[in-house]
Amino acid sequence: MAKQVVKLSKVVIRFAGDSGDGMQLTGDRFTSETAGLGNDLSTLPDFPAEIRAPAGTLPGVSAFQLHFADHDIMTPGDAPNVLVAMNPAALKANLKDLPRGADLIVNTDEFTKRNLEKVGYSSNPIEDDSLDAYNVHAVALTSMTVEALKGFAVSKKDAERAKNMYALGLLCWLYNRPSQGTLDFLRSKFASKPDIMNANIAAYEAGWSFGETTEAFSVQYEIAPATMPAGLYRNITGNPALSLGLIAASELSGLPLFLGSYPITPASDILHELSKHKNFGVMTFQAEDEIAGIGAALGAAYGGALAVTTTSGPGVALKSEAIGLAVSLELPLLIVDVQRGGPSTGLPTKTEQSDLLQAMFGRNGEAPVAIVAPQSPSDCFFAAIEAARIAVEYRTPVFILSDGYLANGSEPWLVPDASTLPTFEPNFATGPNHTAADGTEEFWPYLRDPETLARPWAIPGTKGLEHRIGGIEKADGIGTISYDPDNHDKMVRLRQAKIDAIARTIPDIKVDDPSGEAGVLILGWGSTFGPIGAACRLVRTAGANVAQAHIRHLNPFPSNLAEILRGYDKVIVPEMNLGQLALLLRAKYLVDIISYNQVRGMPFKSDELAGVITDVLESL
Amino acid sequence: MTTNTFPALSLVPKADGPQSAKDFKSDQEVRWCPGCGDYAILSAVQSFLPDLGVARENIVFVSGIGCSSRFPYYLDTFGLHSIHGRAPAIATGLASSRPDLSVWVITGDGDALSIGGNHLIHALRRNVNLKILLFNNRIYGLTKGQYSPTSEQGKITKSTPEGSLDYSFNPVSLALGAEATFVARTIDSDRKHLTEVLTAAAAHEGTALIEIYQNCNIFNDGAWEPLKDSDTRDDTMMRLVHGQPIRFGKDMQFGVTRAVEGHIKVVEVSSVGEEAILRHDAHAKDPGLAFALSRLANPRTLQNTPIGVFRDVERPSYDRLLREQVASVTEKKGKGDLQSLLNGNDTWNVS
Repeated sequence: MAKQVVKLSKVVIRFAGDSGDGMQLTGDRFTSETAGLGNDLSTLPDFPAEIRAPAGTLPGVSAFQLHFADHDIMTPGDAPNVLVAMNPAALKANLKDLPRGADLIVNTDEFTKRNLEKVGYSSNPIEDDSLDAYNVHAVALTSMTVEALKGFAVSKKDAERAKNMYALGLLCWLYNRPSQGTLDFLRSKFASKPDIMNANIAAYEAGWSFGETTEAFSVQYEIAPATMPAGLYRNITGNPALSLGLIAASELSGLPLFLGSYPITPASDILHELSKHKNFGVMTFQAEDEIAGIGAALGAAYGGALAVTTTSGPGVALKSEAIGLAVSLELPLLIVDVQRGGPSTGLPTKTEQSDLLQAMFGRNGEAPVAIVAPQSPSDCFFAAIEAARIAVEYRTPVFILSDGYLANGSEPWLVPDASTLPTFEPNFATGPNHTAADGTEEFWPYLRDPETLARPWAIPGTKGLEHRIGGIEKADGIGTISYDPDNHDKMVRLRQAKIDAIARTIPDIKVDDPSGEAGVLILGWGSTFGPIGAACRLVRTAGANVAQAHIRHLNPFPSNLAEILRGYDKVIVPEMNLGQLALLLRAKYLVDIISYNQVRGMPFKSDELAGVITDVLESL
Repeated sequence: MTTNTFPALSLVPKADGPQSAKDFKSDQEVRWCPGCGDYAILSAVQSFLPDLGVARENIVFVSGIGCSSRFPYYLDTFGLHSIHGRAPAIATGLASSRPDLSVWVITGDGDALSIGGNHLIHALRRNVNLKILLFNNRIYGLTKGQYSPTSEQGKITKSTPEGSLDYSFNPVSLALGAEATFVARTIDSDRKHLTEVLTAAAAHEGTALIEIYQNCNIFNDGAWEPLKDSDTRDDTMMRLVHGQPIRFGKDMQFGVTRAVEGHIKVVEVSSVGEEAILRHDAHAKDPGLAFALSRLANPRTLQNTPIGVFRDVERPSYDRLLREQVASVTEKKGKGDLQSLLNGNDTWNVS
């Protein structure tokens, strides 16, 4: 029987299961097939910090949300239209996000008395009336997978483990996704275990056939490709994008890339990714601790490498003293902070924007550094290149403030043409730069470029440039130790002026206001770009005017920011912290800011932000 | 000097011509206290560096914080005076990424063993091509006289008026336990011995730890006196020489032998016979005997203190392995192409 095909413009699917159920993999595969079909998409993995919390419990639930559409979208979606719940815990943890009328696919095999009790269900929600508001598809995923794999040379346990592929097959049928990529993926992943490979392929195909034949699913959906600028696309996640940006920056500057890092969630994937690309001359060093990670990077920077350290908030705290040394030595150094919930260990796998002030001020003394924040997963690539440009041209540490959402979220990316990326030069010092009173040619390590105020980068091995520098205050120009009060005052101001001078090379911030008549500006930074943009669209669709601007350079700010702030009656700054950017803006520009804050470990929902904007508009 | 003498420096460019100690003196006024043991070490190092025969601009001294860490300012090489305890980490990044440099770390007992203990042990086990000079004066000098991790237990200092409670570290034992490939001990005032040990360290590929007993005449004067006083030193201290019997004493009357229980001990040679005296083998694969030798000294009286090279064995350096890995991956995959990397393996076209 040919099933009815319904065309949809967008869908939000959430896969939820136990940490060991392979939900992230299932989501990744569905995403990959969806990307290949040409839909625009955005993803949000949401997983616990524990690798394997006790099976079937609420803390062990791992989820992956995917939003895909026939038009351009900006967020992973506020609420799922479809929830796939592999067990009672997954149902219980995610049901609150499911709007009435949404599709709910549940794996009935896991709804045993024991599993229900584990999460506090006194009766089986599939059998009572508690799920009446939803369109429930009760599917015995586990037992049907095991049945489909009868005769395969795999254990019952391995057969059961393939249930995620059965579910993926079913969903791929339901939304008309192609299979080839997934089959190729399974063949490559399990190349050394042919029995497991065959079982997973069979499970996937059985799931697909089940969708096609069962009466439980009467409708199949189609989502047409989105209209996107022409070109070659790939799907990309934030951490790999940032890694590629670092490698590109290495090529664009001609400097070898050196990463000193210590494993920390959610930044470790950058270390993993870079360690795979040694054929670009990339050196990765897994240090004994966070301090050694940045220490080694700083040593490599001193030696003339494009040096990077990657971490998250707790690691930044440990690196603070070394960042101060880098400020004092005035060497190029990239500090990648993939922010997570804090303080202390906080929420390791959840996102937050609460390290802005730590990046700005988290050191002893006056120790200014430049800060760049990417606004989307693919933008991590360009942010890395921009941060490297600033670091190299200004001989300064530069923070890249990514976050957990950008790190693990993904989106389609129009792959850039490498030949069009901007190059930048290290311009190492090659000889003396100063003539002494007696006519001797000398090298002064702190004699600055009059335009950038950057000092020479004189790397060891350069004849005649032997010099000594350190964390003790240096005399302006000559660079020898100086405890002179006036000199210190001058050096503190020079270091600040150098960072301020970077603003001359930063593009003006652009405001998006299609009406040209908006009185309210929504100003954000970092990963809130998507949710803010989607919220502005909702408000505009409802007939109101609102302007959006997003700050990429947080230190120094773009030169035209003051003018923009003064051009609006009200400025709303939504942040996943308690108002850190708002604090900086109020302090620097003396403007009133409406600070809207959430620290829930999850990105903003666009309809919620739209409500905030609407409330402000109505109060005018 | 040829590359044969210093194989560890084979990738470092040679000096254009002969160099002298004067070439290595910087224009900075030395600011240690008069009488400090650091002067002797500085002078010995300045005289020794020309022997390396490498270009001065390819030598880098990295230090942490403390009196000894001012050392780089006084040498006309590249120098980096960093932060407390972190010099081995910084030097690791530098040495790993620049095989054409001769990298030296200057540190003290507080810098290396207290705040920087973690970096020290990991540098040693990795075997990065670094030479670490640990100036041990058993006291904090720059902060004016607190006890250090090598101070003897019970030491009366400003921070321990009733005596320190901590048991002390033995840096040589620690280094051997940390899988070091080169471990030596020498004394600031014995210029000849100091130079010999520096030479052996420079020839070693990988991390070398050289503990230098150094006198702080302000806050811990005479800490090593039994090893320096001409009346006591010969009967207190043994000089380890590779291949030679381990004997000492004014009349070489003492020696180290293995007891029937298995441990080693100091005996009168006449009581056991010369054939029972152990020969020092710095190249022994097993570090057991070197460790046992490091335990002979009494931390309080310094009786039976060995100096010299305890251990000097071959193991590929971290930086060599890193370079080889980069080279082998590049050979296997071909030199990276940025556009292919950006494209990845899973693309689609929108027209």
